[in-house]
Amino acid sequence: MENTTYIQPYLRLSGLEPLVIRPETNFVNVGERTNVTGSKKFARLIREGQYEEALSVARQQVESGAQVLDVNMDDALLDGVEAMKIFLNLLQAEPDIAKIPVMIDSSKFEIIEAGLKCVQGKCIVNSISMKEGEEKFIEQAFICKSYGAAVIVMAFDEVGQADTKARKVEICHRAYKILTEKVGFAPQDIIFDPNIFAIATGIEEHNNYAVDFIEATREIKRLMPLAKVSGGVSNVSFSFRGNDHVREAIHSVFLFHAIKAGMDMGIVNAGQLVIYDDIEPTLKALCEDVILNKNNDENGATEKLIAFAETVKAKGKEIVKDETWRKEAVEKRMSHALIHGITEYIDADTEEARQKYPTPLSVIEGPLMDGMNIVGDLFGAGKMFLPQVVKSARVMKKAVAVLTPFIEQEKLDRLNNPTNDGQEENNQKGPAKILLATVKGDVHDIGKNIVGVVLGCNGYDIIDLGVMVSSDKILTEAQKHNVDIIGLSGLITPSLDEMVHIGREMKRLNMNVPLLIGGATTSRMHTAVKIAPEYEHGVIHVLDASRSVTVAGSLLNKEQKNIFLTDIQTEYKKLQEDFGNRKTAKQLLPFAEAQKNAALINWEDYKATAPTFTGTKILDNYSLKKIAQYIDWQPFFIAWELHGKFPQILSDSVVGSEATKLFNDAQKLLQQIIEEKWLTAKGVIGFWEAEKTAPDSVLVKTKEKNISLEFLRQQMKKAAGQPNNSLADFISPNSNDYIGAFSVTIQGIESHIKRFEENLDDYNKIILQALADRLAEAFAEVLHEKTRKEYWGYVKEEHLSNEELIKENYQGIRPAPGYPACPDHTEKYKLFDLLGGETATGIHLTESLAMYPASSVCGWYFAHPESKYFGVGKIEKDQLQDYAQRKDMNIEDATKWLRPILE
Amino acid sequence: MTDIRALLNERILIIDGAMGTMIQRHKLEEADYRGERFKDWHKDVKGNNDLLSITQPDIIIGIHKQYLEAGADIIETNTFSSTTIAQADYDMQSIAYELNVASAKCARIAADEFTTKDPSKPRFVAGAIGPLNKTLSLSPDVNNPGFRAVTFDEVAEAYTEQIKGLVEGGVDLLLIETIFDTLNAKAAIYAAKNFFRESGIKELPIMISGTITDASGRTLSGQTLEAFYVSLMHANPLSIGLNCALGAKEMRPHIEELSAMASCYTSAYPNAGLPNAFGEYDEQPHETAHIIEEWAKEGFLNIVGGCCGTTPDHIRHIAEEVKSYKPRKLPVVVTA
Repeated sequence: MENTTYIQPYLRLSGLEPLVIRPETNFVNVGERTNVTGSKKFARLIREGQYEEALSVARQQVESGAQVLDVNMDDALLDGVEAMKIFLNLLQAEPDIAKIPVMIDSSKFEIIEAGLKCVQGKCIVNSISMKEGEEKFIEQAFICKSYGAAVIVMAFDEVGQADTKARKVEICHRAYKILTEKVGFAPQDIIFDPNIFAIATGIEEHNNYAVDFIEATREIKRLMPLAKVSGGVSNVSFSFRGNDHVREAIHSVFLFHAIKAGMDMGIVNAGQLVIYDDIEPTLKALCEDVILNKNNDENGATEKLIAFAETVKAKGKEIVKDETWRKEAVEKRMSHALIHGITEYIDADTEEARQKYPTPLSVIEGPLMDGMNIVGDLFGAGKMFLPQVVKSARVMKKAVAVLTPFIEQEKLDRLNNPTNDGQEENNQKGPAKILLATVKGDVHDIGKNIVGVVLGCNGYDIIDLGVMVSSDKILTEAQKHNVDIIGLSGLITPSLDEMVHIGREMKRLNMNVPLLIGGATTSRMHTAVKIAPEYEHGVIHVLDASRSVTVAGSLLNKEQKNIFLTDIQTEYKKLQEDFGNRKTAKQLLPFAEAQKNAALINWEDYKATAPTFTGTKILDNYSLKKIAQYIDWQPFFIAWELHGKFPQILSDSVVGSEATKLFNDAQKLLQQIIEEKWLTAKGVIGFWEAEKTAPDSVLVKTKEKNISLEFLRQQMKKAAGQPNNSLADFISPNSNDYIGAFSVTIQGIESHIKRFEENLDDYNKIILQALADRLAEAFAEVLHEKTRKEYWGYVKEEHLSNEELIKENYQGIRPAPGYPACPDHTEKYKLFDLLGGETATGIHLTESLAMYPASSVCGWYFAHPESKYFGVGKIEKDQLQDYAQRKDMNIEDATKWLRPILE
Repeated sequence: MTDIRALLNERILIIDGAMGTMIQRHKLEEADYRGERFKDWHKDVKGNNDLLSITQPDIIIGIHKQYLEAGADIIETNTFSSTTIAQADYDMQSIAYELNVASAKCARIAADEFTTKDPSKPRFVAGAIGPLNKTLSLSPDVNNPGFRAVTFDEVAEAYTEQIKGLVEGGVDLLLIETIFDTLNAKAAIYAAKNFFRESGIKELPIMISGTITDASGRTLSGQTLEAFYVSLMHANPLSIGLNCALGAKEMRPHIEELSAMASCYTSAYPNAGLPNAFGEYDEQPHETAHIIEEWAKEGFLNIVGGCCGTTPDHIRHIAEEVKSYKPRKLPVVVTA
């Protein structure tokens, strides 16, 4: 206990987190982009008051490695004090930025003091100096000290700014003595800026400026070892502005020498520094001469560098593209291409590898799998995101496509020449096989495709049977290919039953491969309670594509498999028990009581608006351009497992850059779809007289016939004053009301999907599928708006932004059969019947009542202002019986279709 | 007056426990709070504990004496909310200065009585400077993160008035405590330094005590413990430490961390455990004392005591448990 602790005199700064600058600390990067004098973009954002976006500049600096954030608001057009206060206050609310210390940068001391009053951490003031005399300097230093800030002292005195080594050292030393002796500053809290001036300006007196700085730094650190040295690095290359390539090289070479001399920190564009060793040798040598002022008589070195800079400029942007990885060995190049999703060279590289390796298969098993393993690891560690992985998969598929003919040829050769060695075939136990399928009656496959790509990336052999696959076909194919895992996908609720059925069939056939369950409608609870008990060799619910990798990995690892399955079984047992216990706790009302508690709408005073027509209207080849304006992008990103609000996700600190790339690619494809008319939008709407004839029945009267729609009612116990809703309550019982319906679809996707598949381009294939889904939803939104304002016209005045539409801030609703407010899919038959059958739009209903094409939407229109979306929730047997009777359905069928809301 | 630094090198000093908990025991009503002077005040004042230093000084002096009796070396003035900003809740900002003078005097009377009785154990009065009900780093409006309910200058002005009252009332130390927003504390330090420089009065030692609000080990304003310390080092404080929000058990790792990095003395006065479902503190005196004893054994601390829920009994037990241990040895600050 008696050990003495020593506290070292380090410069200690803080934001939300500390930054301690120790002797062994590397050069500290101060982010410079949040400076209105240095960044045009930032200046514009501040001037326009776009502080949100200005914060994203700060965030980008932090992400690029800035350890301190320089903030400067010195602009003649700005109220600097206000701008500094607003920006720093906002910054405090962003923990990922506020974690680093702030450098408050201004030539006006009132702006500095205003800034100091906003920041809880220990800041750096940039800067104070003796240019207005000692007295002012002392006063300002006292103020900085009373806020606990470290200070940058500029080498500037009453005479002027120091340019030579001697003047720099002299001024800094004088300031040091004043600060430590008269103001009581700790030496480590003093940072000198001995002025970095532009070199290679053509003026000979400027040629030694970099040397002056470097040598002054060396002397300052010798005289005052605890003090720090900093500087604004980009000044040095000012004469090369507009030529970032050369500027970055100059910065890098300058820092290399200045840091060796003792420079501790600098204001730099974090993230835009080239690595010293990566600078091309010619340029590096030229920079060295200019910075160290060697071979520079009569501006010799300067002129050489200027000449070189011209050649770089002439080449334009091309030089900026980093192609150094092309110089690596073929294995490195292949893994680089895989990680970065670059297809440009993969064919040639694969061919080169094929000639280098003994067999084409060993290229796959060697360099390609090595690269894909890195991709898998990065994805697993959250350092790569789904869109990038899908691009990697494309590179992989292209490489395999190059090798496939040679592999086939080898097989043929072996067949023709059996004596060679028959053993080899046996030794070649290929990768594990995983069969994927969307179950019978269901047409949705974006998620399944993504899982296929991700698993493919992890080295598994994927057999994808597509959509609407019968149980029989799935299991026959599984046995034929001797697969290791079966994965089932489904989006609509009837698919759940089909999955239970497949589980049962697997047991009957004595299969023993594990079964994976995934898709929007599936859940861990359903899997545990309904599917797992049917099949004992492993049923696992997989939440998303990224989980599928670890699940498959555990199942295919001999040691882990049993432990993993036992764990899952224990977990699912617990869920089953919870489920059993929960059942009794649920409080449902008797159906008759629920009916009595219907929503009270005053129909006597209600005058329904008559639609402009009754019957149906077909809208063929609707403008995709118009539809595209109504797209809700958030679900598009969710399909790619990028979660977050749109458009904020584009600037998200973690996934922002990938989301932006994905968004740009999607926009590009969307333009092409529209311009080249890849897809067509087809829809039908209809309106009819309607009357509520029973508590949960609505009679629709067309010219030819009457159809009775049957609805379901909430049976959960409600708080006082809260009704038990049923859609039927939104139609008047007084035979003077109307109901509407619609269905829309996006057609023509198949040939384009096929083309992308042939090009091994899963990335664009999945974007296309997701876009088609978005277009169908947006089309439904367009038609709903036109219905409200025009076709039905019950709301003449409505001005809603796309955002408000997405939030459903409109009058009237458009619920879809099979979804929460009317969960019975079989009512779709009536909807389609009313709208003129499948021929009207070409939408086909599968046996599970999924719509094909998958990018289709349908629903009812209710106009009453009090109509709203709700979920029916669970219902009791009494309602089931009543409902079956009303629909003239036998109880077994009704039970089957309503299973998700029963019990 | 004995230099407190000399004592701190000798032994672990004891700071008192909760004032509020003790006031509660008196079950005071609105009329008791108002006293004669504020009997017609236009707002209810029940709950304005600081006011009692004016209206019921005997109760406050009595509580101070109980803590001194229990063994406290340092007692805190009853001024947690005695600023114009905090008193605005009762519309009593005009008497903020007076509250500080009165509270300082109550503590002074009690401390001097005990020092006179036993000069070998001098007692100290710390002027308590609370955190305010308005904060400088956080926006009270979730939709407007750049908004602040108060400015740095307003906070510094309020603290200046409080410090003036405390100093003129005769405190020995200033204790900026229960800091959950470091910027508020920086304003207090700024106020203190300027007050002493401008008044020419000799600067009193400043004690700083922050509050870690949850298991993340950060202050409410989001700083890690080290960032918090770095942000306030310029106060050149007598001591740095933690109080409130956590019980001793939860506070331990943070105390250990602070002890390793602080160049000044260290302090800790935790709550009596975590509050139960009724907001009451259940931890018994010997339980709190037992945990604090272990800290003393490890040599983490120079000043210990109690915060919310602790009583003279807790302080007595704590004093008893730590008296045989040596205080934390001040680290050597390297200057070259």
